[in-house]
Amino acid sequence: MKLKSLAMAVLASACVVTSAVQAADKPVVGLITKTNTNPFFVKMREGATEMANAMDMDLRTFSGKFDGDNQSQVQAIENLIASGAKGILITPSDPEAIVPAVERARAAGILVIALDTPLSPADAADATFATDNFKAGELIGQWAAAQLGDKAKDARIAMLDLNASQITVDVARDQGFLKGFGVDVGNAERIGDEKDARIVGHDVTQGAEEGGRRAMENLLQRDPKINVVYTINEPAAAGAYEALRAVGRDKDVLVVSVDGGCPGVSNVRDGVIGATSMQFPLQMAAKGVEAVLEYAKTGKKPQASEGLDFVNTGVDLITDKPVPGVPSKTSKEGLGLCWG
Amino acid sequence: MTTTTTSGMAGVSMAVDNRIAEHERVADAAGGKVASFTVEHLSPLERAHRFFHANPVAAPAIVLLLALLGFSLVIGERFLDPFNLSLILQQVTIIGILGIAQTLIILTAGIDLSVGAIMVLTSVIMGKMAVDVGMPPVVALMAGMLAGAVTGYINGLLVTQFRLPPFIVTLGTWNIFFALNLWYSQSETIRSKAIADTAPLLQWTGQSVEIFGARLTYGSLLMLVLFAAVWYALNRTPWGKHVYATGDDPAAANLAGIRTNRVLLSVYVVAGVICAIGAWALIGRIGSVSPQAGMTANLDSITAVVIGGCSLFGGRGAIWGTLVGALVVGVFRNGLALAGVDVLWQEFTVGLLIIVAVGMDQWIRKV
Repeated sequence: MKLKSLAMAVLASACVVTSAVQAADKPVVGLITKTNTNPFFVKMREGATEMANAMDMDLRTFSGKFDGDNQSQVQAIENLIASGAKGILITPSDPEAIVPAVERARAAGILVIALDTPLSPADAADATFATDNFKAGELIGQWAAAQLGDKAKDARIAMLDLNASQITVDVARDQGFLKGFGVDVGNAERIGDEKDARIVGHDVTQGAEEGGRRAMENLLQRDPKINVVYTINEPAAAGAYEALRAVGRDKDVLVVSVDGGCPGVSNVRDGVIGATSMQFPLQMAAKGVEAVLEYAKTGKKPQASEGLDFVNTGVDLITDKPVPGVPSKTSKEGLGLCWG
Repeated sequence: MTTTTTSGMAGVSMAVDNRIAEHERVADAAGGKVASFTVEHLSPLERAHRFFHANPVAAPAIVLLLALLGFSLVIGERFLDPFNLSLILQQVTIIGILGIAQTLIILTAGIDLSVGAIMVLTSVIMGKMAVDVGMPPVVALMAGMLAGAVTGYINGLLVTQFRLPPFIVTLGTWNIFFALNLWYSQSETIRSKAIADTAPLLQWTGQSVEIFGARLTYGSLLMLVLFAAVWYALNRTPWGKHVYATGDDPAAANLAGIRTNRVLLSVYVVAGVICAIGAWALIGRIGSVSPQAGMTANLDSITAVVIGGCSLFGGRGAIWGTLVGALVVGVFRNGLALAGVDVLWQEFTVGLLIIVAVGMDQWIRKV
């Protein structure tokens, strides 16, 4: 027994040594996502893997067990520091709580790039590669207002947000939509402080179908005349649509969303969602890997896009009912670009 | 010899005399009313205690009525409107069905953390079989039910044959079933339209009938039928008695000739099938099949069972309590949303209800 376990231990350590030797040839880059289940992060990993293979880098991927799992992400950072990574790409589950771990990584000379969700404060990372979520909201807001035309001033708006925590992505999309629609948003860092009487209410969906349906049902109970529905993402929009269909309101309500997942884009084609803002997770991860390689070679860090405090990875409006003044792509074009 | 015996006898009779005297003295002090029934002396609190002990559904039912009354006073007609009430019923349908499965397990002093994962996995199986494989919808539905039975059987086998605690078993299978769900579905959603085109039967639970302005979905009706069926099984069949007996005291049940392992195994299989029925209701409600659905369904179902007055120590609780418990949560969420209260207070209220319910249970159990 003892001999056997000794042999196993020797074998195991030999494996570790050889892999460490192999890894030493290639720069190590880590990708830490919130979960490994959401198609958005699956696509991100795909983008990172392709780019890492093309650039001959050693990609190590980690993820939390669920959205909000900070502990696993901290462990992942510690593991990457220990394995001498050159760069870490992370979608933080808890943008504030992760900061001390990120600081340790940067102190060890690692380039840390936040993907999709900025850290809090944003400059705790070397750079952020993200969708301009405020812009994403603004596009669908402008589109909805243009669709309604003169009737926009009497609109009845339902706001289907993510959860009660008011995280940055949730706030940016919500407030961006309202600004695009022409509502005075008050404090743009805060959901729900608007005075505009056109807003029927805000409710939360957890970004899922069941939550979207329940939130829509409850807001319709508050005001059955709702005719514009903003949703945090496409699953929530699909749930909201089921609630509208159940009361025969599926044809005369504008539903708008953000994400650009393939089921969501198909729902634009089928008229379930009027318009959605598409983001590009594959781009975020691919550009992130590129930036790490650049840093490993020259020590240069990525520069933020002009006028923003992050590197904008772009957003496209997808709709089959284009309006003047808001550039958009059709659902057919969108299906060629979508993720998940 | 004789003297000692006599004196001994005398000693005994003297002691008896003394005791009688003592007894009479106490009786005299009490005004001679020694034979009256003690019920008359119960304080209101003790009476309430007995009442709640005899009627486990009473406490949650009172909370439900008070909540309905309170919200109708604050919000008005809009809340008590038959349509809104039927909406609450729709909103609690899935948790209600999973709650039935959870109640069965909790009655055996177990807990099932995998109910939500079983539901999502079986919904994905139903959807994939019908839409991707092209099976007739009825067969796809049956395949889902079978998968529910198999997953339940696995849980039951681990609990009975390997003697692992149910909490640990289902903590493990929760992760396993959820991972299988992601693998089989490739994390991809099956859209509502695809299901409507190929397998409308799967969405049947989302259709509704209108009665006096109330809109009852077939899913909600299915839930009520399930509650009635499980009530019958628990209260009118030997199997039901065995479930309660096994939960109350497995050793005693074994001695009484109940094969507790078989009872436990059957409970887990039935719970698995009920979760698969929950999957059918889920597809009807959200239209699509989403591998991300039901993430918190396990905890929500435990919440409904606990608020419904079922004891986590097993053997005590009524199936209707779970329906009432689910409705209490549904009424608070709907009422607070209609009143325009920030969502975080919904979570706060549900948390408070859980603690009050468990506190009540501990108090009621003290007899």
